[in-house]
Amino acid sequence: MSDSNVTVTKAAAPPGQAAFHLSINNPVVRAILAQLGVALAVALVAWYLVGNTMDNLARLSIASGFGFLDREAGFQIGETLIEFGPQDHYSTAFLVGILNTLKVSGIGILLATLLGVVLGIARLSSNWLVARIAAFYVETVRNVPLLLQLFLWYGLLTEGLPGPRQALSPLPGIFLSNRGLKLPAPADDPIWAWVAALFGLGVILTLVITAWNAKRQAATGKRLSMLPIGLGLILGLPLSVLLASGGGAIDMPVLQGFNFRGGMTLSPEFAALLFGLVIYTAAFIGEIVRSGILAVPKGQTEAATALGLTRGQVLRLVVLPQALRVIIPPTTSQFLNLTKNSSLAVAIGYPDFVSIANTTINQTGQAVEGVLAIMAAYLVISLSLSFLMNWYNSRVALVER
Amino acid sequence: MSLRLGGAVALAAAYLAFTAVPAFAGPTLDAVKSKGQLTCGVNTGLPGFSSPDSQGKWTGLDVDICKAVAAVILNDTNKIRYTPLSAQQRLTALQSGEIDLLVRNTTWSLTRDAQGLDYAPVVYYDGQGLMVPKSLGVTSAKQLDGATICVQPGTTTELNLADWFRAHNLSFKPVVIEALDELNAAFFAGRCDVLTTDISGLAGVRASVATKPDDFIILPEVMSKEPLAPVVRHGDNQWRDIVSWTIYALIEAEEKGITQANVDAKLKDVDPSVQRLLGVQGDLGTGLGVDKAWAYRAIKAVGNYGEIFERNIGKKTPLKLDRGLNALWTNGGLMYAPPVR
Ligand SMILES: N[C@@H](CCC(=O)N[C@@H](CS)C(=O)NCC(=O)O)C(=O)O
Repeated sequence: MSDSNVTVTKAAAPPGQAAFHLSINNPVVRAILAQLGVALAVALVAWYLVGNTMDNLARLSIASGFGFLDREAGFQIGETLIEFGPQDHYSTAFLVGILNTLKVSGIGILLATLLGVVLGIARLSSNWLVARIAAFYVETVRNVPLLLQLFLWYGLLTEGLPGPRQALSPLPGIFLSNRGLKLPAPADDPIWAWVAALFGLGVILTLVITAWNAKRQAATGKRLSMLPIGLGLILGLPLSVLLASGGGAIDMPVLQGFNFRGGMTLSPEFAALLFGLVIYTAAFIGEIVRSGILAVPKGQTEAATALGLTRGQVLRLVVLPQALRVIIPPTTSQFLNLTKNSSLAVAIGYPDFVSIANTTINQTGQAVEGVLAIMAAYLVISLSLSFLMNWYNSRVALVER
Repeated sequence: MSLRLGGAVALAAAYLAFTAVPAFAGPTLDAVKSKGQLTCGVNTGLPGFSSPDSQGKWTGLDVDICKAVAAVILNDTNKIRYTPLSAQQRLTALQSGEIDLLVRNTTWSLTRDAQGLDYAPVVYYDGQGLMVPKSLGVTSAKQLDGATICVQPGTTTELNLADWFRAHNLSFKPVVIEALDELNAAFFAGRCDVLTTDISGLAGVRASVATKPDDFIILPEVMSKEPLAPVVRHGDNQWRDIVSWTIYALIEAEEKGITQANVDAKLKDVDPSVQRLLGVQGDLGTGLGVDKAWAYRAIKAVGNYGEIFERNIGKKTPLKLDRGLNALWTNGGLMYAPPVR
């Protein structure tokens, strides 16, 4: 096969370039041939696989195509972010699954980052005990398979907690049982829309004032403390309206029959998956943070201390910003890992995208399409996440003069 | 850790891409004969149907069907390789040629039949049921509005559940867990009010997993029809015939009073239909692609259908199941073999 390649390429080469030796001894020609060879091999394998799959499907008379997506799903999903019932279509079920995957990965990434940073800093702490505890955490958690950790968390939450009729109730309206954590939720009441709007306004105002504050500091050296301003705007504003209106209607969970109705639920499946993913991934992020901090030359810390900055300020203003450049690229891949690991959900009953796609495959028999949908969804999520992180990375990267 | 695409589904998709599914015209029989081994897909562990004992020996009603087929073709019930399969893996494992025969409490349905599969005769007529702890104080499924229900994915169970609750205008919350062990653990820990699957499966789980089986009841409602039958690949008619007639032979044997113990004596029976079945007269096996003594070997290996039933799931076993629908047609049941002639 490689022989015929050689002749074809030779014949196709433009005559103008003949000056540069069109011979197999020329490394450039060899490199091009090698590339072509690999491309051809990949194409052939792909062609064979697709062809073979189609043949086999046809021979087993398995229909193919994505037509099933707008048929009625007919199954129920345990927890959903959008309204869903068995009369909805498979496409809606897929959306529910993707949203559930995004929910657990999004919250998981946030919490794993926070815990990871704390761990990384703790491991470098001059306090012997703190450093030891952090090291022990990292070494244990990193070395136990995630699936086992998920089973452990799920087992603790379901076997360790009482049934709904004996639920623990530390505060009125809050119930903890093996059906999950039940909390009061905002009821259908216009006041909550106002509260949400004011919360948003508070966030925007805080951001604007922060930017102004930074400019002012650059120009005058004076700086306002942002903490009280931010808290006042983000929490105070909506809370004052809520109190002024005499409090909004609240949907309280109540025990009815054998389960709770009303309120919001944090299910044991979601909680176990979230704990598992956060605790596992934070161990890796902690190590990345530690190595990032160690990569900042000691002179930086010494110089900052000499300027009279407090230890906290040294860390926050001098060390972490520089460490970020080392931290972000490997952390991105931890974020991707967390997202992909969330597909272990079906082992402990959280209805993530893979679980819902599996049910769909079971109902419709469209295994190839289902697996393609899973691959496509994870590819899109992963690429978007990488894109976002690369953008952030380029922002914090060292701008050289 | 890599992305876990729901166990074998992705693998099976890969199988479809990489392997050539055997072409038609009796390839399975030839393959089994030349391997000298029957690869039988079974449950990962369902007491009474197929489960490995402490020595790793497989027993159960489904396992006995595998043994009967192996006896017919290979004259040796030890030449079987058991492949334990989860609910989700089983059909793709058969489609892709990983196993020769699937006998794993699998419900016969149109969608599955149309997925490149064919069904042999039903070996157990079942229905879906609901199991609850007695302490819940529920006596009918109609009282289950708002209940949390544990269910295994990849089963017909998962599909019937929503239908039944819709038809009765009741609401429920499913908890869908892949591995049966984990699912059972969640149910017995009280995470769900209800466990649902085939009634025979519930009986098996209650007998083998519950610490106090008497604390649990199976509600009277039968939510669906679950005819459990062996499955073969679509298009291999000879193979399907052999599996089908092996099962019919076991049913016919019960009707004629032929047992594992008396089959040798029955060789001298004067009843021509017994003589035909056991190959004393005529040569029925040739039409199937096996020899004269095929049915004799099956009965000798595992006994007739009634014996298989009583040994594995009957009144004297922990499952304590009635013959019910699975009695012979002569006793008001559905077990009926076409004439073996
Ligand atoms: N007959 C139903 C259900 C069969 C089924 O898979 N039942 C479950 C629950 S008893 C089971 O055997 N699980 C065993 C396992 O996955 O290991 C079907 O064909 O879909």
